[in-house]
Amino acid sequence: MSKLAYVREKEIPQSAPPITEVGIIKWLRENLFSSWLNSILTVLSLYFIFILLKDFIPWAYGAHWTTGSIRECYDVNPDVACFSVLTARWKQLLFGFYPPEEYWRPTLTFFLLILSIIPILFTRFVRFFWFSLLYPGLAIWLLWGGSIWSVAIIYFGLGLGFLSFLIMDSRLIRSASISLLAACLITVLFFMFLASFSAEMLSSLIPIYLPYVESLKFGGFTLSLIVGVTGIVASFPLGIVLALGRQSDLPLVKMICVGFIEFIRGVPLITLLFVASVLLNYFLPPGSNFDIVLRVIIMVTLFSAAYMAEVIRGGLAGLPVGQHEASAALGLTYWQSQRLIIMPQALKISIPGIVNTFIGLFKDTTLVSIISLMDPVGLASLIRADTKWNGIYWELYIAVGLMFFIFCFGMSQYSQYLERKLKTDN
Amino acid sequence: MSSVDFPVEKFRFGMLLSDTRYRSTSLQVITFIFFVAGVFWLVDNTVKNLALLDKDVSFSFLWMRAGYDINQRLIPYTNDSTHATAALVGILNTLLVAFVGCILATIIGVFVGILRLSKNWIIAKLMSVYIEGFRNVPLLLWIVMVFALLTEFTPQPRAFKGENPDASMIIFESIAVTNRGTYLPNPQWGAGSIWLILVFLVSLLGIIIFRRYAKNIQKNTGRNLPVLWVSLGIFFVPTILFYFILGSPVTLEYPYLKGFNFKDGVHIRNSFIALTLALAFYTSAFIGEIVRSGIMAISKGQTEAAAALGMRPNKIMSLIILPQALRVIVPPMISQYLNLTKNSSLAIAVGYMDVRGTLGGITLNQTGREMESMVLLMGFYLTVSLLISSIINYFNRSFQLVGK
Amino acid sequence: MKKSILFGITAALGLSAGAVFADGHGSTLDVVKERGNLLCGVSTGSPGFSGVDDSGMNVGFDVDYCRALAAAIFNDPMAVSFVPLSSAVRFTALASGEVDILARNTTWTYSRDTDLKQTFLGVTYYDGQGFMVKKDLGVNSTLELDGATVCIQVGTTTELNLADYFKANNMSYEPVPTTDNAESKQQYLAGACDTYTTDASALHGTRINLENPDDHMVLPEIISKEPLGPLVRHGDDNWADIGRWVLNALVIAEEKGITSANIDSFADTADAEIHRLLGTGDDDILAMMNMPKDAMYNAIKATGNYGEIFERNLGASSGINIVRGVNNSWTNGGILYSPPFR
Repeated sequence: MSKLAYVREKEIPQSAPPITEVGIIKWLRENLFSSWLNSILTVLSLYFIFILLKDFIPWAYGAHWTTGSIRECYDVNPDVACFSVLTARWKQLLFGFYPPEEYWRPTLTFFLLILSIIPILFTRFVRFFWFSLLYPGLAIWLLWGGSIWSVAIIYFGLGLGFLSFLIMDSRLIRSASISLLAACLITVLFFMFLASFSAEMLSSLIPIYLPYVESLKFGGFTLSLIVGVTGIVASFPLGIVLALGRQSDLPLVKMICVGFIEFIRGVPLITLLFVASVLLNYFLPPGSNFDIVLRVIIMVTLFSAAYMAEVIRGGLAGLPVGQHEASAALGLTYWQSQRLIIMPQALKISIPGIVNTFIGLFKDTTLVSIISLMDPVGLASLIRADTKWNGIYWELYIAVGLMFFIFCFGMSQYSQYLERKLKTDN
Repeated sequence: MSSVDFPVEKFRFGMLLSDTRYRSTSLQVITFIFFVAGVFWLVDNTVKNLALLDKDVSFSFLWMRAGYDINQRLIPYTNDSTHATAALVGILNTLLVAFVGCILATIIGVFVGILRLSKNWIIAKLMSVYIEGFRNVPLLLWIVMVFALLTEFTPQPRAFKGENPDASMIIFESIAVTNRGTYLPNPQWGAGSIWLILVFLVSLLGIIIFRRYAKNIQKNTGRNLPVLWVSLGIFFVPTILFYFILGSPVTLEYPYLKGFNFKDGVHIRNSFIALTLALAFYTSAFIGEIVRSGIMAISKGQTEAAAALGMRPNKIMSLIILPQALRVIVPPMISQYLNLTKNSSLAIAVGYMDVRGTLGGITLNQTGREMESMVLLMGFYLTVSLLISSIINYFNRSFQLVGK
Repeated sequence: MKKSILFGITAALGLSAGAVFADGHGSTLDVVKERGNLLCGVSTGSPGFSGVDDSGMNVGFDVDYCRALAAAIFNDPMAVSFVPLSSAVRFTALASGEVDILARNTTWTYSRDTDLKQTFLGVTYYDGQGFMVKKDLGVNSTLELDGATVCIQVGTTTELNLADYFKANNMSYEPVPTTDNAESKQQYLAGACDTYTTDASALHGTRINLENPDDHMVLPEIISKEPLGPLVRHGDDNWADIGRWVLNALVIAEEKGITSANIDSFADTADAEIHRLLGTGDDDILAMMNMPKDAMYNAIKATGNYGEIFERNLGASSGINIVRGVNNSWTNGGILYSPPFR
């Protein structure tokens, strides 16, 4: 036996890892000080953060919350924030000039909005889809008030049209296009001759109504949400039509759709809002008069429809050509294949894009302040014009910015989550 | 083979829609009718409304005296000039802010995008905060806040006055940063400066030639020449040399305080700085995300393969990753440029006189020609955006991978 | 055949859209009465003239004029909706029928009267363009402002006056355009401009609310005439008459010493004009413009006379502290002079 080999017979007890390889020090070393350059960057960043916070924290921390005017803030301590303006005006920032006793209506509308989105986003709740369909009418009634029957009659008319289309298509005529035309005719006739009459009759028989609130009273975040959400929802069908039109084989249809999309996407939203504010009345029959909020909603809808069309077109382009070919091979007509095969898939891929469009649109609603609508930014100028608060600056803008940030950041996080979820599905 | 006679189908009305031979035509005819009817309806309404208001459509206001002053003008303009000149001044101002904004946004955006992928935790987090902060707060608020920051936290010109001024000019007393803008030295082109410019242009040409040469060497022999250092050398050395040989033909005219304001020097107004910065910051957040996703779209195998070949990390980034990522990055980046240009129409919030402020603002307001002004304004933005999208299309055609 | 059906449908759609929204281009008074409230265009915020208080109530000098008009029509000063309008969109809003009347400290000028097709109803406030400077600037006259940086609100007549004035005096200036009064004030205070120019009333109002009003002064020169007043569209003379005479009634009421508090004590006065004005006499002259007999009574009762409106919104009790000056009744040395109510 050679004695050369040394064989350890006992295991060395495990020693603790070197101090630079564990816990916080390891983390610091790897993440902050891994090289000279990184160390310098880290120190610079820390210094930068320090500079940012050095003045901001004392300013925000000692802030006034309860004084009655900016003058009183100055008198007590002029070096800290005067958030009293928020205490005095937060209701206006949220609801505009909506009558205070009716604040529950926009609030309820907002929570119902969340409820109505659930069936669209989560397939598990798809059986509550009827609520999502019902929601727009409900929201209009809650926000503007008036008799519930005028909204109900609109739903009835649309339902009537849809039903007559279904019956004619499957039983009577069996030609989609002709039944569609006929159904449209029925709907139009209904609205022309029966709608207002029956709405009035029902209102007098069973009066269910809320006090009417005119659009001029809308403001603050309520207005931003109304314009943003209506813009997105109303632009959805229009966007689908435009996207399909853009891909159409019919040159004329394609030309009109491309022209519309490129025009809207080529000009800034603010010019379109100016059109809504100063020109739209020229294009409508003499004497007709929408109020400015409605006109803005119309313009914003057209605007986001163009962007929506591009998002949906992206979704359509993301589908393999095989899907079109397979559905054609199964003998499905164009509309059947769109409805059953193409659109459900394309829309699903487009959801993150749609959410992003919505975030963009929601931020862009601040532009309505330039045409003197009272969204949070417009309200900020209005509040600054009040003698009591003349001189307030950062407090209002920071508050408004923070509210937008919370909302948009939440949405974008959600859309990223969706994106990840959809990615793993494929 | 026996031929079968198909019964010749008699034309029925329903066939217009059910028969594929006619359907496309008839559908288009229907669309056309609707379209024309819609356009007719709009035009008819407009004509009626204009008649009711006793107005006409005429562009003659463009040749009338504008009567108002514009602070930043790139071409000669006084209040005696016409509205058309005012509109042109506005257009140039829009293009200027868009151009500078795009360059700045690209630089910041690329940095932010790359740094967000940094292994340094605090840097990556800071960049995330930067991106999310700018992306999720409306641009209008950013413009207003940046402007307020500049106004509140820079000294007024008067602070430079007196024995013990509160503020002083920076960099050898040559640049004055005030809350009315920044005053830079103004170069004076003396005699002989034409030669200097010529030398400079020649050295630029030299750089291009050298780069070609270096590329060839690398292709043929695999040897890498120190391109960056030599280029920098060619860029600076001859020009500086000739500057002294020619006896300093270019002098700087320094801004100095006189009366209410600084005189001489180049005045870059705060409205311009604030608007450009806000647009650049806001857009750079989007560009940062585009750059990041572009880099992440390049598969990890590329990095690993390059590392296996023995390349250093910054070489991998500049020679392997970025060139491939550019293909993904550039088209959405150009559409961000388009967005920036359109967003520059918010200039009114800081009183920057862009085309929206002159033609679509004061001119519209003083002449009451809203229809005509809006048509011209939209025409301008449409032209710009069509130009930019044709650039995107050109890029897509020439740089996309073929065969995919 | 097919085409004719399509045309029919299109036409029907167009017609129905027209029918639903049309409310006719009849008399503005009828439209207002049918709607049940007055639509009054005001500014988006101008201290003393138009603003919103903490409780969300519209207040201000221009606002009160509209309330008086609403009281005259409906006997209810609250039957009015205020449409905030920026200076850029105000005339289009009026022209397109979005508002019935514009009370938005608007200067009465020749071209606005003729080219923009508006009818001005009178002058509610005689103003003029002035300049405010910091005292330590050492400037005592506008003529010393050569080379100054001037803050100015865009889209107003002040812009054109400024250009004309500096040109006439062979001086140069650098304009800093801003969007509203609060923004101008911000820029001026930070020193981003040497002087702030706008209507003198607004300057006084702004100055008195600064942290140290004594550090600032409004220069003595007034470089323009700015008669501010309400206006309506061309083409409805009766509506213009109503607006004009409600304004005149407020002025006459001050002349005659009628206030919202003592208005009921004039029932047996010997002054026949007061009887005609308040509708307490036999002849109903207000019927000449299709208004109720007690229209002016209701207006004065609701908002008070011109002097009360002024005092409440612009005078000492408002904190803005503008002196009456020329905006006083001619009986008190001012130039407010209403044609007789006869």
